Amino acid sequence: MTPLIFFIFAGIAVFCGINLVAQRHPIASALSLVGVMGSLAILYLQLGGEFIAAAQVIVYAGAIMVLFVFVIMLLNAGAEGAAPRVSGIVRYLGLILLAAFLGLISFVIQSMLPRTEGVVFGAFQGGTALEIGRKLFTVYLLPFEVTSVLILIAIVGAIVLARKEI
Amino acid sequence: MQNTVPVSWYLILSAILFGLGVAGFIFRRNIITVFMSIELMLNAVNLSFIAFSYTLKQVDGHIFSFFVMVVAAAEAAVGLAIILTVFKNRDTLMIDEVSSMKY
Amino acid sequence: MNFLIISLIKAALIAFVLLTALAYLQWIERKVIAHIQLRVGPYRVGPHGLLQPLADVVKLITKEGVIPSHVNRLFYIMAPWLAVTLALISIAVIPFGPEITVGGVTTWMQLTDLRIGVLFVLAVSSIGVYGVALGGWASNNKYSLLGGLRSSAQMISYELPLALAVAAPLLLANTLSFREMVQYQSGYWLGFIPRWNAIPEILGFIVFLIAGFAETNRVPFDLPEAENELVAGFHTEYSSMKFAAFFMAEYANMVTVTAVATLLFLGGWTPLFPEPYSDFVPIIVFALGGLIAIYHGLNPARRKDKFTLPAAGLVFLGLAALFGVSLFVPVLKAILMALFWFCGKIGILLFIFIWVRGTSPRFRYDQLMRFAWTMLFPLSMVNLLITGLIVALTTK
Repeated sequence: MTPLIFFIFAGIAVFCGINLVAQRHPIASALSLVGVMGSLAILYLQLGGEFIAAAQVIVYAGAIMVLFVFVIMLLNAGAEGAAPRVSGIVRYLGLILLAAFLGLISFVIQSMLPRTEGVVFGAFQGGTALEIGRKLFTVYLLPFEVTSVLILIAIVGAIVLARKEI
Repeated sequence: MQNTVPVSWYLILSAILFGLGVAGFIFRRNIITVFMSIELMLNAVNLSFIAFSYTLKQVDGHIFSFFVMVVAAAEAAVGLAIILTVFKNRDTLMIDEVSSMKY
Repeated sequence: MNFLIISLIKAALIAFVLLTALAYLQWIERKVIAHIQLRVGPYRVGPHGLLQPLADVVKLITKEGVIPSHVNRLFYIMAPWLAVTLALISIAVIPFGPEITVGGVTTWMQLTDLRIGVLFVLAVSSIGVYGVALGGWASNNKYSLLGGLRSSAQMISYELPLALAVAAPLLLANTLSFREMVQYQSGYWLGFIPRWNAIPEILGFIVFLIAGFAETNRVPFDLPEAENELVAGFHTEYSSMKFAAFFMAEYANMVTVTAVATLLFLGGWTPLFPEPYSDFVPIIVFALGGLIAIYHGLNPARRKDKFTLPAAGLVFLGLAALFGVSLFVPVLKAILMALFWFCGKIGILLFIFIWVRGTSPRFRYDQLMRFAWTMLFPLSMVNLLITGLIVALTTK
């Protein structure tokens, strides 16, 4: 069951990623990015990160991407024009080099981690809200407070930039 | 077929998504699409963090991923405000045309 | 394998009951609003308009679905599908009752219990914004676009007080799953006051309900979809089944919000009085309803009511007899009592939703946004802070 779910959602993630880069209209790219985030949330669930999966959907796909979709609708962004023409040789060479690069990275990664170590759904029980809360408020308390100041800075910056008078 | 997936496959998926994000960042000309490619790169890094956290059986990777999400939210808010201001002043969203400070 | 079959049966049962309930929720709304406005509502199609939802479904299915030529096809078709799918998914984690044993099979009256059930419902409602935003944008029409943008801005603005109001009972109960939340609220203070979260968290309960009104686009927050503003807002260009899908999504969202409010604040299926006395409440309620219906049927105001009102009275008396019989059959008693209290509380909250629709004017858009950011958000923050302070001072 685990490999099936991994392949389905990894396939959806890669397909939506390619769609993000290849689509002309920004709205189609934005919705492809939402698709990537949704399938990544399922993969986080498989790896035992249930709280992070829920946070990904609530914060990333449900708030940040809605902001992107708003801005695209407000600015009435249209489809891009055609990209400048690339010669055939460069295109084929690029694809071959891309495949070689991906092969090299896969080889390096697989030699780093032993193949016998498989992901079993339910093997890692430490991703609950309890564990994350415990670590967040004791070991990582300083970064937590600093990020709250960061969010305050971002709020002030966004309000100042979006005011009516320039 | 065995009932497990090697962890390295999650990292390879993260590498593929990161590469796609870099490709979008370099080749696209609409500023909003460039920004979304940055978000795709951040998501790939999040997947990498969670996969490593599974390997080491510690929860610190989840916490890093949480902080990455918070920083991405703050960056998206301010970045989109900047894009709105640029659009208000230059009336265009193509990054090739916002080039008045070039030589 | 056994687990799979039980889950399939539960899923089919919940889906069937939910879809029927959504259709009849619309009948109830029309009747209640009509009686508030001193008229009768649907009356002719079947006794007291009971077959009206069926007639509406047949009309909406057989109506010609027009897709205008100027819309963006993919998103135009995707938006109502997304809205309906997400609205129906969140029922999966709502528990309707305690653990029951039917024919040798022990199971909870819930489709699945996630350890992060509350976050799941919040996540689904966050993604539900896309259905509205895409519907408004895909219609390629300035009124729909404005309606869609306003509606999605309203929904994400009110998600913040909603989530903060939800966080306070989570602090008290120390769990994210709905099942354990209801178990935390069982038991009685002083022997007769139920341990519902609404009693210490009354501010949070009110904030949650107000934010729930805004999340589901109901009056007084329904500016983006009202018919005399913006030409019906984001569903202007939709007809027949896609329009019915948006409608169904709105009612399903209402049911979800009231179910979550019941589970988090009103104790789920726990009764109002302690156990031996509260068993008679359904019997008394239904018997009273039946007697009133029969009394009014004896000298009715309209000639048709001479048959329909006594028939309704007999149905109510039959239900009272069913509850009475179930006192002696433990399996039936557990199911029926839990369902009575849970659906009773949801029914009261839905009646409040419909009541407010019949009596309140609507907010203007800037008043709505100002209310969310300057009044509800600080209120829910203060509620969370006070709850946190009390929990920190009284544990260990």
